[in-house]
Amino acid sequence: MNRFSYSRPGNVDTAVGELTRHEGAKFIAGGTNLLDLMKENVERPNHLIDINHLALKTIEDTEDGGLRLGALATNADTAYNDKVESRYPLLSQAILAGASAQLRNMATNGGNLFQRTRCYYFYDTGTPCNKREPGSGCGAFNGFNRIHAILGTSDENPETRCIATHPSDMAVALAALEAIIRVTGPNGERTVPIADFHRLPGNEPWLDTTIQPGELVTAIDLPAKGFPDYYAYIKLRDRQSYAFALVSVAVGLEIENNQITDARIALGGVAHKPWRKPEAEAMLVGKTVTEADFQSVAETILSGAKGYGHNTFKIELAKRAIVRALQRAAKTETES
Amino acid sequence: MRTTLSPETDASPTTLPEKTTIQLTINGSVHHLELAPWTSLLDALREYLHLTGTKKGCDHGQCGACTVLVDGKRINSCLTLAIMKEGAEITTIEGLAGENGLHPLQTAFIEHDAYQCGYCTPGQICSAVGLMNEGRAKTTDDIRELMSGNICRCGAYPHIVDAIQEVMKIDPKA
Ligand SMILES: Cc1cc2nc3c(=O)[nH]c(=O)nc-3n(C[C@H](O)[C@H](O)[C@H](O)COP(=O)(O)OP(=O)(O)OC[C@H]3O[C@@H](n4cnc5c(N)ncnc54)[C@H](O)[C@@H]3O)c2cc1C
Ligand code: SF4
Ligand code: FES
Ligand code: FES
Repeated sequence: MNRFSYSRPGNVDTAVGELTRHEGAKFIAGGTNLLDLMKENVERPNHLIDINHLALKTIEDTEDGGLRLGALATNADTAYNDKVESRYPLLSQAILAGASAQLRNMATNGGNLFQRTRCYYFYDTGTPCNKREPGSGCGAFNGFNRIHAILGTSDENPETRCIATHPSDMAVALAALEAIIRVTGPNGERTVPIADFHRLPGNEPWLDTTIQPGELVTAIDLPAKGFPDYYAYIKLRDRQSYAFALVSVAVGLEIENNQITDARIALGGVAHKPWRKPEAEAMLVGKTVTEADFQSVAETILSGAKGYGHNTFKIELAKRAIVRALQRAAKTETES
Repeated sequence: MRTTLSPETDASPTTLPEKTTIQLTINGSVHHLELAPWTSLLDALREYLHLTGTKKGCDHGQCGACTVLVDGKRINSCLTLAIMKEGAEITTIEGLAGENGLHPLQTAFIEHDAYQCGYCTPGQICSAVGLMNEGRAKTTDDIRELMSGNICRCGAYPHIVDAIQEVMKIDPKA
């Protein structure tokens, strides 16, 4: 790990000011991703700004019937919060499907959004990686890419190629819930819908999010609609617990008199950001639970998917996971 | 193989503080340590305080051997900096036994033969104390799921679960 200096600001403005003034500095929250990457020399900040003493740990109701999750509330405190459990059980489940109990006690909601890809080549400074070192190439494209993306990749130009996935479980549920991220920066406050928070690699795979230098995430706002009655989070991975998703699916449905009135489907483990396809969701609205064709919905979401060899199995796996998650959310799942 | 280090993030060592005095409360006693900011809590415990009960397995949050309790909550001490835990109450395996002898989980681990090499054991026991404080595990499956952050290379899992189950008074059939 490189050497760095350390500070512990007591309020948001000081924290933002320090980051803006100090080139090469980074915020540290739970530290579970940043310190891991610093030990691998992938991240090399020269100054760490410890934001754990900012008053951003609360979880409280918003005026429009939603819930505001403080950026520094831990993943554990969020998943086990009474209001989150009763009004947004999809989010609780997704968070609890991630990492381990110890890590969830440390990981914060803000840090979770910024966690970086688990691509092995990104972690290995001896190999090329456009995300870590712009223009150096992509080790995964012709390498071991079992955990890599099948949708929204950047695979043409060798110097901007990237087929990495975003590893967060929490973000997949937030995408289905259409959360709004609250940000404070040198130019004041702004809000970013979760759909615009993470980005596809495009020509700049080194950028994971649309957040600007100097900006601090202060909270995540959940809109009132939480799909507490019909929801499912399915995470498929190499072992039953404590592993990242190969494919995950978050589903929220609203069903009245057996008719689907709203549907949200978000996928994890398949792209550089949580993946949604509004056309596919629209195919469900107005249908009764029995007439809805979950298989066509799955086909639509995966249209344009492309495998790179080791990860090609994810295309079929994702389709089956979507069908299963829809059945589970609609409560039509049969034992198999 | 070497990484090329970009100049703007390669901080000059001369401008950085080598060490600062850090106050840590561990197992009820206050310690003043001269530590560099980049010292992990795990290294502070093992290398500076010689509390070697807490183990280093992976140093990357993947095994749970370094689990300690911070303000009663279990965390991985390898993925936090000592300087970030100033003012917190830290409990390690050395601090679990009380006036009346071993912690019930320590006794249960012995009675159930819940280890082979013992390397993961301090982390397992601290993690199980955290699990009990959380109060979320109601069934054997819950114990397994919520203890998944502690890897046992020897595969002592069935006995580990038995020991925890007994102390938590969870019906094995539940
Ligand atoms: C072994 C292991 C297994 C894991 N398994 C899973 C899993 O299955 N599913 C899953 O979803 N995750 C998993 N994780 C990842 C874990 O969820 C993340 O590491 C964690 O959520 C990051 O949060 P943090 O607070 O520790 O972030 P930090 O490491 O403190 O910060 C991460 C980054 O975010 C920036 N940052 C933090 N907070 C803010 C803020 N408020 N505003 C602006 N920038 C900020 C930091 O500067 C840093 O660059 C795993 C991690 C490990 C080590
Ligand atoms: S997939 Fe992306 S992160 Fe992985 S090696 Fe290629 S460029 Fe780097
Ligand atoms: S040493 Fe900390 S989790 Fe392995
Ligand atoms: S007893 Fe040997 S690793 Fe668990």
